[in-house]
Amino acid sequence: MASETLVEVNDLNFSYGERPLLRGINMTMHRGKVIAIMGGSGSGKTTLLRLIGGAIVPTSGHVKVAGEVVHKLNRDDLFQLRRKMSMLFQFGALFTDLSVFDNVAFQIREHTDLPESMVRDLVLMKLQAVGLRGAHDLMPAQLSGGMARRVALARSIALDPLLIMYDEPFTGLDPISLTVIGNLVRRLTDALGMTSIVVTHDVQESLKIVDYVYFISDGVIAAHGTPDEVRESVAPFVHQFVHGEEDGPVTFHYPAKAYASDLKLETGLA
Amino acid sequence: MPRRVAIGIRGIGHRVIDSTWRLGYASRFFLLILLKSGTSLRRFSLVIRELYFTGVLSLIIISVSGLFVGMVLGLQGYETLQRFGAESAVGTMVALSLVRELGPVVAALLFASRAGSAITAEIGLMKATEQLAAMEMMAVDPIARVVAPRFWAGVISMPFLAAMFSVVGVFGGYLVAVVLIGVDDGSFWSQMQNAVDFRYDIVNGIIKTCVFGVAVTAVAVFEGYDASPTAEGVSGATTRTVVTSSLVILGLDFALTSFMFRGMS
Repeated sequence: MASETLVEVNDLNFSYGERPLLRGINMTMHRGKVIAIMGGSGSGKTTLLRLIGGAIVPTSGHVKVAGEVVHKLNRDDLFQLRRKMSMLFQFGALFTDLSVFDNVAFQIREHTDLPESMVRDLVLMKLQAVGLRGAHDLMPAQLSGGMARRVALARSIALDPLLIMYDEPFTGLDPISLTVIGNLVRRLTDALGMTSIVVTHDVQESLKIVDYVYFISDGVIAAHGTPDEVRESVAPFVHQFVHGEEDGPVTFHYPAKAYASDLKLETGLA
Repeated sequence: MPRRVAIGIRGIGHRVIDSTWRLGYASRFFLLILLKSGTSLRRFSLVIRELYFTGVLSLIIISVSGLFVGMVLGLQGYETLQRFGAESAVGTMVALSLVRELGPVVAALLFASRAGSAITAEIGLMKATEQLAAMEMMAVDPIARVVAPRFWAGVISMPFLAAMFSVVGVFGGYLVAVVLIGVDDGSFWSQMQNAVDFRYDIVNGIIKTCVFGVAVTAVAVFEGYDASPTAEGVSGATTRTVVTSSLVILGLDFALTSFMFRGMS
């Protein structure tokens, strides 16, 4: 059960116009695991999530979720597959015109014909799981950043998905909310037996909760391994990233022509 | 010099291609709304909710504007007509101007700035805050769930708002001409009743408002859905909604009027 493969990324390439963003990505993700995808800003992490979710089509290669090649599905089949997956957006993306309760109930009401009494029970159970049952009648504008993300988490588990993708779930949270969200991701993954893919650059928090880490740099997988392997890694990129060093394989300076020539020093004009 | 000319011509070409592409995209979007309206019709509560925001909340601005426009028509009409000793025809003038032209056009312009801009801003912000993307990921089609109900609510509320505008406007004209200036009450109403034809004036007015309703709401939802997901993008889209729909209303008004009222005495 635990070794059942849910997501398979096979020689995936994606380009925006001429610019290649992801090159030859291969990944395997099993059920019941929390997988982190780490990398600097603009390294293509979120694009990878969008490819897994079928929002964009790869240039070559494919992503298989639950045995189906995502980009080959027609819209109806893709929507069927998406009922088995969820995505938690960076700032929650709660529907601002609906209350917390209605946000969590949204998918249940859209996709099932359950009576309202059962919808209510389900929603309250999901909210209980994230500790916000008492906040069910608040509007999203009345929530703090951490609470909004917990509501979004409750909304994303509303239909008990097989897969949840988290796009930078820790961004902009205080240390308490950060730990709460981190632990929730782990607990819900274990309790529901689903797969969680966490795109993040919050190294320390995610190493505490994940089972496996992929590092993406310049559109390729620079390194991968378990959290322990990552912590002890001597690979220059991983070391720089995990320890947050300013310079290394990822340079401080944006590529430019030689400093002296930019200041016109060698022509003697300066 | 020839290089500059070439750049200029290329620029014009780009603009033409871009505009044509955008027009095609907008038409396709409009067709998609129509195709995906099933959800709105099956779950009419979605449309009713939007009717409140676009229709009911626009009532005050429409009524107040209608009152003032009617009062001004009463004043101007009296001022002009009394020169020919025809001041009792002021009721006819007020009613015909409102029902044929000002009711549909001014109500649609106000509707574009009040409700159209709100629809664009709301859909644009939903896009900017990834709510539409979240909906897509939940296997719910945003065009069916968000766009179509707003579109139909706008289309339904526009004729009622224009009717309200005209009714309050006639009352405004009555207030000024009869109550304030003292035009004869009976001739004000009876001349109006004789001159306003149901088929030619009122039905044509209603047709106009329906066309304007479709045009304004289609522009508003398209601009919102097409907005770039930034603060600048949403503000630009809101402005474009008001500008484009105002121009479309005035252009369509000329076209419709020329078909409807030709040869009428």
